[in-house]
Amino acid sequence: METAPKPGRDVPPKKNRLQAKKKKPRRYWEEETTLTAAGAFPGPSGNKKRNRELRHQRPKNTNFPKKSRISRKPQLPKKSRELRNPEPQRSLSGAQDPFPGPAPVPVEVAQKFCRIDKSKELPHSKSKTRRRLEVAEAEEQETSTKAALSQLLLVEEPGFLEGEDGEDTAKIRQADIVEAVDIASAAKHFDLNLRQFGPYRLNYSRTGRHLAFGGRRGHVATLDWVTKRLMCEINVMEAVRDIRFLHSEALLAVAQNRWLHIYDNQGIELHCIRRCDRVTRLEFLPFHFLLVTASETGFLTYLDVSVGKIVAALNARAGRLDVMTENPYNAVIHLGHSNGTVSLWSPAMKEPLAKILCHRGGVRAVAVDSTGTYMATSGLDHQLKIFDLRGTFQPLNARTLPQGAGHLAFSQRGLLAAGMGDVVNIWAGQGKASPPSMEQPYLTHRLSGHVHGLHFCPFEDVLGVGHTGGITSMLVPGAAEPNFDGLESNPYRSQKQRQEWEVKALLEKIPAELICLDPRALAEVDVISLEQEKKERIERLGYDPEAKAPFQPKPKQKGRSSTASLVKRKRKVMDEEHRDKVRQSLEQQAQKQEKKAEPTRARPSALDRFLR
Amino acid sequence: MNAAWAMESLLALSQQEELEDLPKDYPLSPSEDEGDVEERKHQKLLEAIHSLDGKNRWKLAERSEASLKVSEFNVTSEGSGEKLVLSDLLRPVKTSSSLAAVKKQLNRVKSKKTVELPLNKEEVEQIHREVAFNKTSQALSKWDPIVLKNRQGEQLIFPLKKEQSAFAPIEHVLSGWKARTPLEQEIFNLLHKNKQPVTDPLLTPVDKASLKAMSLEEAKMRRAELQRARALQSYYEARARREKKIKSKKYHTVLKKGKAKKALKEFEKLQKDNPTAALEELEKIEKARMMERMSLKHQNSGKWAKSKTIMAKYDLEARQAMQEQLARNKELTQKLQVASESEEEEGGVEEEGELLVPESMNEIQMNADGPNPWMLRNHSTSTKESEIQDPVQLPEPVVHKTSESEEEDRPEAEEEILLNEFEERQSLRKKSGPNQDTEPVGRQEPKDSSSQEVLSELRVLSQKLNKENQSGKQKLSSARTVRAVQRKDPTEEEEEPLLLQRPERAQTVKELEELGKEGSFQNKEVPRSVLERQKLERSTNNEPGAPKEKKKKEQMIDVQNLLTTKSPSVKSLAVPTTIEKLEDEEERDQKQMIKEAFAGDDVIRDFLKEKREAVEASKPKDVDLTLPGWGEWGGVGLKPSAKKRRWFLIKTPEGPPRKDKNLPNVIINEKRNVHPAAHQVRVLPYPFTYHQQFERTIQTPIGSTWNTQRAFQKLITRKVVTKPGHIIKPIKAEDVCYRSSSRSDLSVVQRNLKQLSIHHKKQRKKTLD
Repeated sequence: METAPKPGRDVPPKKNRLQAKKKKPRRYWEEETTLTAAGAFPGPSGNKKRNRELRHQRPKNTNFPKKSRISRKPQLPKKSRELRNPEPQRSLSGAQDPFPGPAPVPVEVAQKFCRIDKSKELPHSKSKTRRRLEVAEAEEQETSTKAALSQLLLVEEPGFLEGEDGEDTAKIRQADIVEAVDIASAAKHFDLNLRQFGPYRLNYSRTGRHLAFGGRRGHVATLDWVTKRLMCEINVMEAVRDIRFLHSEALLAVAQNRWLHIYDNQGIELHCIRRCDRVTRLEFLPFHFLLVTASETGFLTYLDVSVGKIVAALNARAGRLDVMTENPYNAVIHLGHSNGTVSLWSPAMKEPLAKILCHRGGVRAVAVDSTGTYMATSGLDHQLKIFDLRGTFQPLNARTLPQGAGHLAFSQRGLLAAGMGDVVNIWAGQGKASPPSMEQPYLTHRLSGHVHGLHFCPFEDVLGVGHTGGITSMLVPGAAEPNFDGLESNPYRSQKQRQEWEVKALLEKIPAELICLDPRALAEVDVISLEQEKKERIERLGYDPEAKAPFQPKPKQKGRSSTASLVKRKRKVMDEEHRDKVRQSLEQQAQKQEKKAEPTRARPSALDRFLR
Repeated sequence: MNAAWAMESLLALSQQEELEDLPKDYPLSPSEDEGDVEERKHQKLLEAIHSLDGKNRWKLAERSEASLKVSEFNVTSEGSGEKLVLSDLLRPVKTSSSLAAVKKQLNRVKSKKTVELPLNKEEVEQIHREVAFNKTSQALSKWDPIVLKNRQGEQLIFPLKKEQSAFAPIEHVLSGWKARTPLEQEIFNLLHKNKQPVTDPLLTPVDKASLKAMSLEEAKMRRAELQRARALQSYYEARARREKKIKSKKYHTVLKKGKAKKALKEFEKLQKDNPTAALEELEKIEKARMMERMSLKHQNSGKWAKSKTIMAKYDLEARQAMQEQLARNKELTQKLQVASESEEEEGGVEEEGELLVPESMNEIQMNADGPNPWMLRNHSTSTKESEIQDPVQLPEPVVHKTSESEEEDRPEAEEEILLNEFEERQSLRKKSGPNQDTEPVGRQEPKDSSSQEVLSELRVLSQKLNKENQSGKQKLSSARTVRAVQRKDPTEEEEEPLLLQRPERAQTVKELEELGKEGSFQNKEVPRSVLERQKLERSTNNEPGAPKEKKKKEQMIDVQNLLTTKSPSVKSLAVPTTIEKLEDEEERDQKQMIKEAFAGDDVIRDFLKEKREAVEASKPKDVDLTLPGWGEWGGVGLKPSAKKRRWFLIKTPEGPPRKDKNLPNVIINEKRNVHPAAHQVRVLPYPFTYHQQFERTIQTPIGSTWNTQRAFQKLITRKVVTKPGHIIKPIKAEDVCYRSSSRSDLSVVQRNLKQLSIHHKKQRKKTLD
């Protein structure tokens, strides 16, 4: 669901990196001439810079002197402000408003915030109902325009890599990117060489500011990866299977060899949850405060971390579970199984909501994109498939990879990363809502060890890769959402703000049993009980109070309303209704016959019996 | 009346006299009373004479006996034969005018009716109530618009206040403002002196006036121009009307021909001067051709043409006329030369089509409205794409024969050609039915190509046909294989595992056979890309049946297809490093891969089984109420009869179709999730009758997470706002500007006029008047 853009409460002002390119928005009180003179934004500069803000400048001593590969999207054309009245209103002073009337709203942007599905046809409604519907539509119109107008506040734009004609972006190495970007962004690319503690799993916090990683041999550490400040580092002296931040960076869940442990940001063990044993994978549902664990024993456990209660423990009946991902759109858990199926789970149901047969071999990795539209799966048959999750569950795209992908991850803007052996491939789609096209990889990177964990950093164009040789932070231009919601997940928030947010988030916690395939189910009427109640009411009353009253002829003038004529009139109406019914049924029959008649063949062949 | 009465009495007397006269003539007996009788007679006569003198005097009969009292009431109307009337009594002896008034009064009194009884109490009360109701409803209906407004309004604020007037622009406010300080006064003085505008800063009154004015000459000129244009238009209209009324056919044909010639000339001219415009013209001509082809205008199918065909045998002129018409049709439908077709394939197809169908046949078909030649062509291509042509070809030889026979006839009897054409067209129309029927078969073929491949061994029978078509097919298949090779290239580069490198597209029959020998496993490999391409090609063919086909296609999704399709492999710059293996290791690797692939078959079977079970489990179960031994013998080994079982089996109605009915690779749980249902709305609120309507009103989220702050604030505004500590008094007329000022009253009414019913409108008008 699209949320209306909101400015953060105290988002640090971004450095104006596009002084040359980006036009300063012209204020109506300013003259045309000041536009060119207008230099920089007011505000402090030299703050942290994001790597997507790739500057369009290259050192001259690079290997590719002519090419400028890293470019930004051209500025969107300014919103059409030309719609002015021919004769603007004049005020007493003689100055005139250059932009009279309400601000123009781009229709397609406003459309994005509209939720009422107008494609569905409504049954005929009475005037009072119609009035209510009109009010609802007007409300929607107003709110969507307001949201669209406030998109002006989203100042950041996503960047991306663009090859010069015919140039393959996948050939661009990380080193080239690092060289091209500014220092602050370049600092986001780093390698942690931790060979001795085995393959690493990693996880970014929801704000994208903190990174936690755990090595197979018990090494657990969290750090503020932007400033590279280590928060804690411990060795749990046990195999670490998976690691995950809870709702904030202060709490950390680690799936250890036997039980699930929870640590705080000092590295102090807070809990040891023995009911979740032999956990292989962890997921956290932030809006429900649910920690989901998949275990070797085949159990899927939902743990409510706000009250510390196990909400549901479901037996998947599919053996060892080691492939799990969360659908960020509807909080449904996707599990991959060794028989090539992917099952969808919610804590409210004992059985899976759906089962999809995806691969001939076992499923190795599953990932779901942030809009909940696409699911990428890779299996033992070396295939990488992208499924449409909107009801049909059919594969949209399938590719055979040379060695199959062991790990998959979607970024916020729909980039798909796949770890195959020691190589990470990233595919990009056309836009945010389109599936990644698998024709050509967008970026490729070779690591020093085999990939063991992939995670895109939220709000930063960074892909964290955990592998046997340690941790690598890759720069992937255009991976993340450039604008963050300052009230929801603010990377720059202070401790006080975090506490504030925590309380609010807890107050808005969604009950676990509301998880289902369609998250908008609450906006629908429970038709089954509605009909049931109606039936009961009819039974209670002995008649249908809402039924159409039978036709009662009105008494007419003297002599005209004899009993015979009344009966005649009644009969007339009844016959008319009957005729209508017959006509309709005849039409339906004709349609059916047409349908039937078409597939008939001229001559049945003897071989037809073998047709399936 | 009195005179008449006197006459009567006189007559009566005379009769008496006559009667009495009789004894006089005959001397009877009496003698002593003679003198007395004489005297009375005389007396009577005198009286009668007296009464004759006109004075209507009633003389009472004289009594012979004396009595002391004579009653005044002893009045008789004897002899008059009439009733005594009151007025007669009142009538004075002498008629006098003074009594007429009294009489009149008396008449009036008599004509007046009696006073009615007063209504009973209930009725009176009812009437009173009705009147009162009318009055109050009229008074109350004045409030209707206000009530409606308050009900529909977004917010109600209590205590009610008068509506604030709209914001006035500052200029308007300033008009009432006066300069006070000396500086201001000075400024305004200056402004007024120079006639500068005080409020509107830019236009002086002079400027405004000059803007408004328009020069006289200009206006005149404009008027004259308009007049001329109008006159011309009317002349032209009149002429057109006159020409339209001309009934002469000859005149019209000449006119048309002239126009056509002119157009042709212009077109030629255009071609020289302006090729682009000529092209446009050409398009128009093409459009006319299309129209002609669509219509049946010159197709010898009209009434006139039919009559002519009957005549044609005997009448040379009629024949000629028909030929002319046909020629005209041909001329009109002839295609103008356009840029040559781009694709080679189509050309080839066309060639084939021409081979199959002779020219004369084509011509006929062009005329015929049944099978569209274009459709036919397409359909032949589609059949060609499909692997078998036999069903389509079957009808064609028949057509061929007829055409041949026609060709033979031609030299013999030219006159009969036309008639033949007619007959043939009819026959063709009949044929077109089965012809079209064959089309779907051709279309279905590619879909089932997988099964065809499986059954290639069984195709020995149809081999002959296939061989015949092979030459034609190979052209296509070669083209396809080229494409296939292109697609295969990357896979080969990357040294695909054995399994994936297997050649899969078996186009020719030989390949098919070989494949069939190799075993059933390979048959499962369905070249999906081929399927897809075929689908694409079919979609380009663009037949009207395409959507339906798609639907069918959906149903025919096969899990096997889904999972065993070979997807194109990804070109990757960095191939993951693998430890170099020894040869036997590689072999082992391959074996493992094959194992993996074979394992997949089990996966599919298992999944299908699981799905079947799930479907079975979710189906509603029938209720069997048979009681063994009831009405028949029961015991071990005895079963109730089938008839009885049928009787007592209650079948449950089938539920709605499963969501995953057409999705073979998906099992969707149909069980109802009761937890969210607890939070859902289960009672429709008042004005809604269908749940869809209500759902639409709750689809927009209200929370601040999804809305901007302002929108959120607006969405959560309270419907009713009250001020604490204030009494909410009932609404008064002054509150809603009634009666306070006439203008505001009017405005209120006008704003709400729409919502008022007609009845109320009338009442309102009355009250306003």
